[in-house]
Amino acid sequence: MSDPSYPEELLYHPEHDWARVDGDQATFGITWFAQDSLGEVVFFDPPKVGTTVTKDAAYTEIESVKAVSDVISPLSGEVVEVNDALGDSPETINEDPYGAGWLVKVKLSDPSEQEALLDAAAYAATLS
Amino acid sequence: MSSATDALRRSPLDDRHRAAGAKLIEFAGWEMPVQYAGIKLEHLAVRRDAGVFDVSHMGQIETAGPGAQALLQHLLSNDVRRMPEGGAQYSVICNPEGGVLDDVFTYRLAESCFVTVTNAANHERDLEWFRRHAPDFDADVIDRCDEFAMLAVQGPRARGLLHELSDGPLPSRMHCAGRTVADVPMLVCGTGYTGEPGVELLVDPDRVGEVWDALLARGAAPVGLGARDTLRLEVGYHLYGNDLDRNHGPIEAGLGWCCRESTGFVGSDVVARVRAEGPEQKLVAFEMTGRGIARQGNAIAGGGIVTSGTYSPSLERGIGLAYVPVARAELGSELEIDVRGTPRAAVVAAKPLYSPPKEH
Repeated sequence: MSDPSYPEELLYHPEHDWARVDGDQATFGITWFAQDSLGEVVFFDPPKVGTTVTKDAAYTEIESVKAVSDVISPLSGEVVEVNDALGDSPETINEDPYGAGWLVKVKLSDPSEQEALLDAAAYAATLS
Repeated sequence: MSSATDALRRSPLDDRHRAAGAKLIEFAGWEMPVQYAGIKLEHLAVRRDAGVFDVSHMGQIETAGPGAQALLQHLLSNDVRRMPEGGAQYSVICNPEGGVLDDVFTYRLAESCFVTVTNAANHERDLEWFRRHAPDFDADVIDRCDEFAMLAVQGPRARGLLHELSDGPLPSRMHCAGRTVADVPMLVCGTGYTGEPGVELLVDPDRVGEVWDALLARGAAPVGLGARDTLRLEVGYHLYGNDLDRNHGPIEAGLGWCCRESTGFVGSDVVARVRAEGPEQKLVAFEMTGRGIARQGNAIAGGGIVTSGTYSPSLERGIGLAYVPVARAELGSELEIDVRGTPRAAVVAAKPLYSPPKEH
């Protein structure tokens, strides 16, 4: 696995999730730290399109060899697209957590919620 | 990592684990490596080639003296008389109620000298149990935990790799012998916890680093406790604390084969009765038939509970062990397991769930 990285252009939730916000839509995923802590991901069952997600609440699960972990939604809204490719290649979450390993795209119900999220430096500081 | 780790015991290989980038976890009062390169990679290295595990957290109890055999015959479920010098034997230790206190390997070094390898979490209790019974026999019980580091070298290439470093032939399966390996004297044991060919090594902690280095230099992959768990579950081996405990006896755990009630060991009357009457539940191996992975503590519809569950890197699906009512313990029985609120399908399957290819 690659070295730790926390891209500047993303917003972070302290429960180790990231959001790439574009207007009233955002892409969600888990951070390098989260995938490294989980170890090799073996199953990811995405939520269904249309599912409502709520900031700070679990919206899906990621299963690694060791354990199953809840994934926390960094922002609230409705799932409009899921990364179906992860069904056959869940290891992509480990290999490219900020790119091809994205989990869902969400239409945000309250874009102002993003003000509560952390920038890369603030999130990285929570890890040390 | 939390500051509580300061109080944990560390392996003599701790520096090497950290330098190798291992993730360390608390396990039974020790801080031990759970993984290096990744659980799947390490698992497959053992199945296809050779891996080396630091299992220095395991405890050792020496039993010696004229009454050593009689003491062990009293405490261990197997028939200790059947173990020759240079032999090894698996058994359980039962309490008078027939519950399992530990599962152990015992090595007979001489007519009246044995070493029993305990699970780390049970070592102090086992030691106290041995000592409590020793006065009735002419035997000394000696804690050897601090005098042995322990490595397991496992996989199709493990014995060949060890042989190149050894001053003599390796003991066969279920035997042990004193050898010098990589210039370090040690006890080499033909045992393991993976279903693969291999050995376990009891080594002076001050010199185990030399052995570790020699094994890695010859291409053995360092393997952590994470893969140790997935490997043992694929072959259906028990883990004390998960699949064995004081609330379950050896018959329901499927360990009747290592119990010889005729020897009169502590708890043997209960074990004999359960064997004769049949247990109410049995430990079975299962495979998930669809997606999802059952985990320890998941309930089974209609009765039963998962005691170990993980992802099998060899079979690429969820597997595990579960206690189920005998009516559902037959091979092929379909189980519905409550995995975090989602019913998941599984089937009772024959052990081992994974069999190494025969050409090894």
